[in-house]
Amino acid sequence: MTLTADASTGLKPPRAARPKGASFDPIFQALCFGAATALLAALGGVIVTLAIGGWPAFQNMGLSFLTSSEWNPVTDVYGAAGPLVGTIITAALALMISLPIAFGVAIFLVELCPTVLRRPIGTAVELLAGIPSIVYGMWGLFVFAPFFSKHVQVPLMTAAAPGSIWEKLVAGIPNGTGILAAAIILAIMILPFMAAMLRELLLTVPPQVRESAYGLGATRLEVVSSVTLPYVRRGAIGAVMLGLGRALGETMAVTFIIGNSHGFPKSIFDSGSTIASTIANEFTEATSLAHTSSLLALGLMLFVITFAVLGMARLLIGQSKH
Amino acid sequence: MKSARAAQRQIANGLFSAGCYLVTFIALAFLAAILWSLLSQGLGGLDMAVFTKDTPAPGSEGGLRNAILGSLMMCALGMAGALVIGVLAGTWLAEYAGDSKYGAVVRFLNDVLLSAPSILIGLFIYGILVSPFGGFSGYAGAAALALLAAPVITRATEDVLLLQPGALRESAVALGTPLWRTILSVLWRSAGGGILTGALLAFARITGETAPLLFTALNNQFFSLDMGKPTASLPAVIYQYALSAYDDWRRLAWAGALLIAITVLAVTIIARFVAREPRRS
Repeated sequence: MTLTADASTGLKPPRAARPKGASFDPIFQALCFGAATALLAALGGVIVTLAIGGWPAFQNMGLSFLTSSEWNPVTDVYGAAGPLVGTIITAALALMISLPIAFGVAIFLVELCPTVLRRPIGTAVELLAGIPSIVYGMWGLFVFAPFFSKHVQVPLMTAAAPGSIWEKLVAGIPNGTGILAAAIILAIMILPFMAAMLRELLLTVPPQVRESAYGLGATRLEVVSSVTLPYVRRGAIGAVMLGLGRALGETMAVTFIIGNSHGFPKSIFDSGSTIASTIANEFTEATSLAHTSSLLALGLMLFVITFAVLGMARLLIGQSKH
Repeated sequence: MKSARAAQRQIANGLFSAGCYLVTFIALAFLAAILWSLLSQGLGGLDMAVFTKDTPAPGSEGGLRNAILGSLMMCALGMAGALVIGVLAGTWLAEYAGDSKYGAVVRFLNDVLLSAPSILIGLFIYGILVSPFGGFSGYAGAAALALLAAPVITRATEDVLLLQPGALRESAVALGTPLWRTILSVLWRSAGGGILTGALLAFARITGETAPLLFTALNNQFFSLDMGKPTASLPAVIYQYALSAYDDWRRLAWAGALLIAITVLAVTIIARFVAREPRRS
């Protein structure tokens, strides 16, 4: 909204109509504009910093930086394929695990939950979306990992028939860490976040729409699957992509539990790494320029991936609002 | 025939409802398990020494005083910077940007920045503040935190300013108030609760941030008020101690994790409370 207190049409000189202190107006507007531009510049700065810092890595390694999975600081040979694949696999697995649960929780809160419990459970879910990553990481390493090893990894590994594809899939050291364990922790982390957003979306469905479907004799499942979910589809896809963006860039929780080994993960119990966990682990210890710039190049790749995902999510959510 | 179909639908519906109950139970069970471990592992280590002693060498007695202090200093400075940038940028988006292209771009990129991986913000600050000026510092850590908090405040400020009625602006201007004064004394004041909520949520977000501090503020074993030097922070100490092989370090890490979780939860609850409170007339 722009207001101008400038009455320049009258007979009197316009000066009289200007309120006292109006000369500060353009300065204030410039300050506000500057702050907005600073945010823009920050995002631009992230790209430029990562691109300039990571450039030597692309120059040294060429295309093999993307395709090789050899990551060796001793010989200064760096290939990003390991962390790149690890990032995508863990994020995708995490999304597969938490997506049905998040939808279930959101539908439960909006459609099924007894009114008395709606507030407390909804609040609990929202509060837990704010618990810091490092807390999930510690819990994952000290509480979840021993449990996971004893009750999931060992039984699965002993049950797999020798020589079968299952045996390969669950091979590894059953110490509770690894790709699947990291994905499960990630799933638990993004679950409250996605559930809270989906719940908000489902609440935007007008009650008349839902009631008319019930009035026609539809069951709850039919109302959800053919009325409410289609109504929020666009926004729901956006919310899920925001969750995916979180999973891709999540650092501390993954660093604690993924095992931090380079190269391709060979099974779901094998240890691996993600882009974020590699940077967190190695950046302060990187001594050679090639090592530092490889880590910055990894950062640039993470930026490009998450920017694409988040940008898409924001477009979908933004359009569904209007 | 008809009743068979109806029964089928009923069964499907029942399974679906049961599924929703089940997954909600699973989700709550996981979250309860996390809170339970935090309490059971952290409460034991939470004594006065945590607040009065500095981070110890393995095997000796100590607390988290320097880390708590470092976290507080960096968060306070970061919040101060973020408030200035966030409130001004949010004001620009709500009051000046209108439907302009540039406004739309800023709005969109602010939303992206809002959920960008925090570790990349850390790398950016390393690139512009740490590496050229030759050293890790508390100021760099605060700058990284500010950059994480600012988009949250920008978003909240814009949203709540857009909710203010146009009549508020018009009546102030009709009294002969310049626009900047209208914004300062009328709009910001009536939008204060919403901006405060945004600020509290931003604060909750940055108190637990670890990744961007690892290569901006680094860490410091000793008590220090000098933010020009590497500065200890609670999350960084938790990270280091949790992954160590010493039992007493791990106990301190759990105590620290409990402290952070309590802080974040308390601030979030306060923010919800502020948001719900009706505006004073």
